Amino acid sequence: MLRLGCGSGFSSDRLGPAIDLAEKGRLDYLVFETIGERTMAFGHRDRKADPRRGYNPQLGQRMRGVLKACRRNGTRVVTNMGVANVAAAAELTVAIARELGLSGLKVAAVEGDDVTAMIGPETRLFDHHDKRVDEVGLAVVGANVYLGVDAILPALEAGADVVITGRVSDPSLFLAPIMHRCGWRRDDWERLGRGTLVGHLMECGMQITGGYYADPGRKDVPGLARCGYPIAEVEEGGEAVITKLADAGGMVSPRTVKEQLLYEVHDPRAYLTPDVTADFSKVNVGEAGANRVAVSGASGRAQPETLKVTVGFDGGFYAEAGVSYAGPNAVARARLAANILRERLGPDEIGSAPLRIDLVGVNALHATADLAIDDPDTSMPADVRIRAAMRSADRAACEMLLWETESLLCCGPAGGGGYRGQITPSVVTHSALIPRGAVKPSVRMLVA
Amino acid sequence: MSRKTRKIPLHEIAHARAGDKGNTSNVSVWAYDPGDYPLIKAQLTADRLKAAFPGLIKGRVDRYELDHLHGLNFVLADALEGGVNTSLGLDSHGKSWSFLVLGLEIEVPDNRA
Repeated sequence: MLRLGCGSGFSSDRLGPAIDLAEKGRLDYLVFETIGERTMAFGHRDRKADPRRGYNPQLGQRMRGVLKACRRNGTRVVTNMGVANVAAAAELTVAIARELGLSGLKVAAVEGDDVTAMIGPETRLFDHHDKRVDEVGLAVVGANVYLGVDAILPALEAGADVVITGRVSDPSLFLAPIMHRCGWRRDDWERLGRGTLVGHLMECGMQITGGYYADPGRKDVPGLARCGYPIAEVEEGGEAVITKLADAGGMVSPRTVKEQLLYEVHDPRAYLTPDVTADFSKVNVGEAGANRVAVSGASGRAQPETLKVTVGFDGGFYAEAGVSYAGPNAVARARLAANILRERLGPDEIGSAPLRIDLVGVNALHATADLAIDDPDTSMPADVRIRAAMRSADRAACEMLLWETESLLCCGPAGGGGYRGQITPSVVTHSALIPRGAVKPSVRMLVA
Repeated sequence: MSRKTRKIPLHEIAHARAGDKGNTSNVSVWAYDPGDYPLIKAQLTADRLKAAFPGLIKGRVDRYELDHLHGLNFVLADALEGGVNTSLGLDSHGKSWSFLVLGLEIEVPDNRA
């Protein structure tokens, strides 16, 4: 039996409960998953601003937090915290290991996901109506292929204590250690499907231990403020139990597991990774004790012949600004403010960039802005905030959005307050496919 | 004999989770009580979802069924204003999609407990 923990499910996930896992989880492997489509883009943005950056901004704190306990407990770390700069991430980890007196710690830098050179003007973007890269009209800042277990396994075989990757498929971070320990063949599709299920369930951290789940009165979660990260106990055949530390908050139940089972899944019969076409359609989920859920029944078919690439484009700048209104007639005043912004921010001021304005507290979430704006039922919130957003290559246009929104304090409707505005660099992403054979992952071992 | 029915929010009998990949959202919907699953399956069709959010879902809606776990998975194409790195919306991941779907109504027998 093999014990795997997940110490982060996204870039900015909590640190404390990960340290708890490293110290008390009796883990064989501790995985930190930190890349999403959004944070991969941030990695490119950061590296562009400073070639020494582009890895996960919390890497230093995470490594300082867990490396000592991991060495003491014989726990190996696998993480994609390299994001857009694996080399710098590995070098920093070695420096931290030396600082901590962990002489001889082996840190593997897994590279080869940067396939920018393989992306040309004619590359098709399958998520963008099959348009060509040059039709996007923006400069490519980087392209990363989703590597799989083929990239991670050599690092484990070479004895790495810490494996640092860039873009790899999230479940592969877990599947590789399971394969390495259990000696599964690379074409044992059924077992690879089972290990991929474990990885898929674990990769979002607390999303399976009660996070992203609580709905007061319907789905109550005990101790959510001190929620623990998940642990998977995996058998040689790939059956697994998902659980957590007994003294951590949160919960593992068939319901938390079922919600995560289909998270970001489309067809449950064909969950595509670089490693296998996994089939989750016959997965069984059963209680196996307090905060213990057994999962079985996953299977798989042959791996896809193409690999997915996330292509990042320079999106210029993203600007966001807002002002709040309260009390009687607040919605009408906020709508007036929105109309003023629309009248004043025309093509001469902000070019052709689309301007988005929401009424937060009325109708802002997820594109509902234009649906309920005249709904009388929503006309009396205690307070409401207008929020304006745009994306443009022209920083001056973005600054005009902020200026005009701030001007509403004196020049707009009565009682407007609480202006905030910010401009951040933006990377827009789309997806392409490349042949598996074109990708050549590599491992470089650094020793502390 | 006609049976009387009443409408209740899906939120009373099901839970849901939303995820995103590019410009596609998926929402899984799970019956709390297996006994309610057939009602949900019969009424919460792909067409119903597509029709309920005409301004939000620009593409097609596909539904996958996990009968043994009493869950449905809806895949909403072109439903995230371009996706997390393109959308100008506050919730650019579309995390809130799950509760938009749970706000839909389901017709249940009047005498349902």
